[in-house]
Amino acid sequence: MKLIARWASAFGAFWWDFLVGDTPELFFATVAIVVAAVLLGHHDDAGYVLLPVLAVVFLVSSAYRGRRRPRAVTPVDEAKSPDQ
Amino acid sequence: MSTSSTVVLILAVFGASTVEMVEALTIVVAAGVTRGWRSALEGAVAAVAVLTVIVLAVGVPLVHYVPIDALRVVVGALLLVLGLSWLRKSILRASGHKDLHDEDAIFATTTAELSRDEPPAGARTARDAVGFAVAFKGVFLEGMEVVLIVVSLGASQHRLGIAAAAAGAAAVLVAAVGVVVAKQLSQVPENLIKLAVGIMLTSFGLFWVGEGAGVHWPGSDLAIIVLIGVFVIITLATTAWLRTLQPGAPLPARTPIGTEQGEG
Repeated sequence: MKLIARWASAFGAFWWDFLVGDTPELFFATVAIVVAAVLLGHHDDAGYVLLPVLAVVFLVSSAYRGRRRPRAVTPVDEAKSPDQ
Repeated sequence: MSTSSTVVLILAVFGASTVEMVEALTIVVAAGVTRGWRSALEGAVAAVAVLTVIVLAVGVPLVHYVPIDALRVVVGALLLVLGLSWLRKSILRASGHKDLHDEDAIFATTTAELSRDEPPAGARTARDAVGFAVAFKGVFLEGMEVVLIVVSLGASQHRLGIAAAAAGAAAVLVAAVGVVVAKQLSQVPENLIKLAVGIMLTSFGLFWVGEGAGVHWPGSDLAIIVLIGVFVIITLATTAWLRTLQPGAPLPARTPIGTEQGEG
């Protein structure tokens, strides 16, 4: 029983890591794209424009979010500064 | 299914398999060098056998029993998650916002860890459980992403055999190159390959999600080529833009995207 629980846990962890991992915004982006495709699929020809636009917006915003940011200067940094 | 989308399918699967197998081979070589080649190779072969069984057990029923439109939406979503994730990572690495994947560092770390309780020299030809387990785990975990791509792309286009063959060819090629270059795996331009595969997976994923949901793509399968072109442009532009946003640090050398060594 323990073995099954461990396997189920490992299986769940694999899919969580695969689908969500450290970029949950891309998981939700995919869900949004699928929902948009289903809504537009049989009703509107604009789907072939909207889906790529959504994917591009989500990709660029996720990459922007993942950039390295300048570290805030702390009082310790200021104290160590040679100008002080 | 047009020839162009079949070619893109082969390239996507071959590229993805190459990237993942390079990472797996690094672990197998590290296990072989420190724990003995017999156990490491047996572990690798066992993992490939299990992965092959998974492709057959999951892929074949998918092709035959699941309605094609539902299948395309689901596998398209899977490809989209994977493709966007690879593309994001490659853009961040190419623009200097994320460290490159260093196969040499991984090799050194794995070798050091495995050397702690290294078997005696005389026991190198005997079976070693640690060497087997490390090689098996490395190949299995890296190979699972390849399996997902093979099953997804192969099943949605009813080209499971071609997709599996492309993955197998990449595995054989990487293994052959690995035998020749041994520890020189860092020379493989992984970021470039990962970026190209990310573009193809994202394009395929978007196409299949739309196709399965009933979206009418102008030009039918040729829309995949157009989507690839769109994502190439977006990738280049985003990478160039993010390079200008480096916080204080000197900009990385302006090499063509992804030609830096290593990554994963």
